[in-house]
Amino acid sequence: MAREPVPCAVRAAVALQAGDVQTDLALPGVAVIDVAFPQAGAVGLQEIVFKNFYTAFLTIRVQRRSPADVAGEGPRKWVTCLRNYCLMPNPHTEEGSQDYFSVFRHQMLCDVDEVMAIRMILRQPSPVWLHFTIEELQIYPRGQESPHKDFPSWLSHLTSREQPANLHGGLPNPEKVSAEVQQMWVLTEMIHANRAAARIGRFDVDGCYDVNLLSYT
Amino acid sequence: MMLDQDSGLSLAIAHIVQRLKGSSLHSQLERQARVSLHKPEIKLESLKEDIKEFLKESGWEKKLQNAVYSELNVFPSPCHPAAPPEQMKEPLAYMRKAQGSWEKRILKSLNSMCTELSIPLARKRPISEQKELLNKWNEMGTDEPDLSLFRPVYAPKDFLEVLMNLRNPNYENGDQPSSRNHLGLIQVPLKVKDIPELKEYFGELGLNTGQLGIDDSAQVPPELFENEHLRIGQKVLTEQDSAAAQQYVRQGCPTALRAELWALILNISNQPEDILYYEQLKSNVIQHDLLVDSLIYKDVKLTASNDDYYFVFEDYLYQVLFCFSRDTSVLEHFTYSSATPPKSYIRGKLGMEEYAVFYPPSGVIPFHGFSMYVAPLCFLYHEPSKLYQIFREMYVRFFFRLHSISSHPSGIVSLCLLFETLLQTHLPQLFYHLREIGAQPLRISFKWMVRAFSGYLATDQLLLLWDRILGYNSLEILAVLAAAVFAFRAVNLMEVTSLAAAEAVLADLSTLKVMPLLQIFLFATVT
Repeated sequence: MAREPVPCAVRAAVALQAGDVQTDLALPGVAVIDVAFPQAGAVGLQEIVFKNFYTAFLTIRVQRRSPADVAGEGPRKWVTCLRNYCLMPNPHTEEGSQDYFSVFRHQMLCDVDEVMAIRMILRQPSPVWLHFTIEELQIYPRGQESPHKDFPSWLSHLTSREQPANLHGGLPNPEKVSAEVQQMWVLTEMIHANRAAARIGRFDVDGCYDVNLLSYT
Repeated sequence: MMLDQDSGLSLAIAHIVQRLKGSSLHSQLERQARVSLHKPEIKLESLKEDIKEFLKESGWEKKLQNAVYSELNVFPSPCHPAAPPEQMKEPLAYMRKAQGSWEKRILKSLNSMCTELSIPLARKRPISEQKELLNKWNEMGTDEPDLSLFRPVYAPKDFLEVLMNLRNPNYENGDQPSSRNHLGLIQVPLKVKDIPELKEYFGELGLNTGQLGIDDSAQVPPELFENEHLRIGQKVLTEQDSAAAQQYVRQGCPTALRAELWALILNISNQPEDILYYEQLKSNVIQHDLLVDSLIYKDVKLTASNDDYYFVFEDYLYQVLFCFSRDTSVLEHFTYSSATPPKSYIRGKLGMEEYAVFYPPSGVIPFHGFSMYVAPLCFLYHEPSKLYQIFREMYVRFFFRLHSISSHPSGIVSLCLLFETLLQTHLPQLFYHLREIGAQPLRISFKWMVRAFSGYLATDQLLLLWDRILGYNSLEILAVLAAAVFAFRAVNLMEVTSLAAAEAVLADLSTLKVMPLLQIFLFATVT
C-alpha cells in the first residue's frame, strides 16, 4: 500500500497525578502522550491508527497554526478534536483492551489541517489494571492517493437502480459505501496476501506421510 | 477492531466477496447466468437486470444469500487492516500465550506416547491391510484392537486446571481476597452478560413465546402452538432461507423437520462434489494409518459405546471421526480460532519447510469425550457424507471454542465465567456453601459445558438445547443451563457436606427438561 505514515516523535506516556509521584499509592488514571513532527512541520491529518493497551477513553488535542502563517511564527492554538472516545465499553473488563483502532478526519470535531503537534490524553478510570497506554501509533497525512490497483469494474457499479425500502432510516448511503468498498478491496487484497496459502486437499508430500514426532516450534 | 460504521461495512462486503470468489457456488452462478442467455425473456438492452431477475426467480439469489449469511455467521468481522493475523485468532496477548503453552503440553504428551509405544504418528498401510479395512468399513466397531497402552491425550479436568491458572499480567491479581478477585475458579476479567442482558438476548425463550420442549407437551392442545409452528417450519424449508431458519429454530425444531432445518442453517446441501470429497477422505483413511485413530478408537469405546443412547451408532462414529482427522479443509478454521495446528516433518527431513506437514491433517487432536460431539447427530443423519458435513460444520462453528483458550464470548473461558457469575449473583448462599465445603461449582459443571451436555441429557432434550445453539449462533446457553441446573437442585445441594456428595446430587441429569429450566431461571426467578 502506497500510503506512508508521517514520521513522528512520540514521547512516552506521562501520568498526571496530584501529590508526590513516588509515595502516592493511588493509580493516576490519566496519562498524556505528546506527538511532534520534527521533519514535517505542519501536517494535515487523515487518519490516526494505534493499538490499544487497556486505555478506556481517549481525548485528542491538536495544536494548529493559522494557514496564513507559513513561517510558523504566529500564535498556535490547542483545540480538542476528539473528546472521550470510548475504546473499552466496560473499563473493568477486557473488551477492546488490546484492539487496533482508527480515528479518521471526518470523526473529528474540528478541522485538522496545519497540525503542529498532537496531545493524546488517555483515561482509565478502573483501578484493576496495572498499566495503560497506546502502542504502535501511526499518523497518516492527508493528500495521499488511494492506490489504483486492479479492482473489478463491477465494484464501481454497486448501487442498484431501485432503491430498497428504507427499513430503519439508519442504512448507510449506498453511493458512499460503494466508494469505500473500492478502497477496502485493496486492503483485503493486502490481508489476503498475509494469510497462509490455500489448502488444496492433499496433506501428504508426494504421496508420503511418514511422520515421526511433532515439532515444538 | 474499530472502524466507523461505513468503512466497517465496506470492509465486510469486500471480505465476503473475496471468500466466495472461486467457490463452487460462484462457478455455478456464472454457469446459470450464461445458460440463461438462451432464454427468451433475457433481452440485450436490459441484460443485467434480466439476469438478476432470472437468478432471483430460479432460487439462485437465495442460495447466494444463504452463502453470504453463512460467511457472516462463521467468520468474525474483519480485523482492522493494521492488525496482524493473530489478532483475529485472539486479541489478547496473554491468552494467545496460554493457548500456546497448553498446546505444547499436548504435543509433548503425544510425542512421549509415541516414543514409549514405539508407534509412528502416521504410516502407510500395506495393500493387504487396506483391502481388509475397506471390507470392514461399515463395521469397524467389531474390531477389538489392543488399546490398553493408549491413554487419552487429556481429559476435561486437565484443561480446567489450566483455565484456573489463567492470569492477566496487567491485572491486579492480589493474593488477598478483595473485590477484584473473583470467588470462583476463573480469574480473568472477561465481559459476560448479566440476567437483564440475557433476557434480552434470549428474548424468544420468554414466558409469552411458544416453545418446543414446553408448549408441545401432552397436556397442551396442539392447536395452541405446535401445529402452527410446524406449518411455519415447513414454509421456511420451502423458501430455503438460512436466516429465517435460524430465527425459527430459536423456538425449537419439530422432530420431523430438524435434520433439514439444521442443514439449511449450516448451509449444507450435500452436492455430488461433497459426496465425492467424503469418498476421497475415506480413501485417505484406507491408505494411511494415524496414531490419532487409536485415540479415537479408545475415546469411542470409553464414552459413546457405553452410553445407552449412542452405542448403536458406534460404527458411524468411526466413519466420521477418522475422515475428520484427514480433512485439510478444517485447517481453515484456525484463522479465527486461537489454536494452531500441530506441525511435523516427513521422516528424515526435519527442519526442511518443503517437507513440513500438519498432524493430523485436520490439525485437531481429539481429547477424551470428543466423539460425544458427533454422537447426537447420528439420530438426525444416516447418510455418512451428510452426517460428516454437518459434524464438520458444527465443529468449525461451535465445538472448537469449547476446548481452546480464548476471550471470545462463546469460548469456554467466557462460558465458565458466565456460569460462575450467574450462580454467584443469583444463588449467593448456594455458591458460598459449595465453596466452603470445597465443592467449587465449576468443578462439577465444567464437564457438562465442554461436551455441550452431550451424554448428560436425554437425547430429545439435548437436541432441543442444540436447536438454540444454532438459533442464537452462540454457546452461552450452555452456561445458563448449567446455572439453571444448580438452581433446580439447590435445596439438595445446600444439604451436602462434601464435593463427592455434591457430585452425586448432580450425577444424573437424564430426567431434566431443559426448556422449563432455562425459562424459569431467566424469566421467572425473582432477582
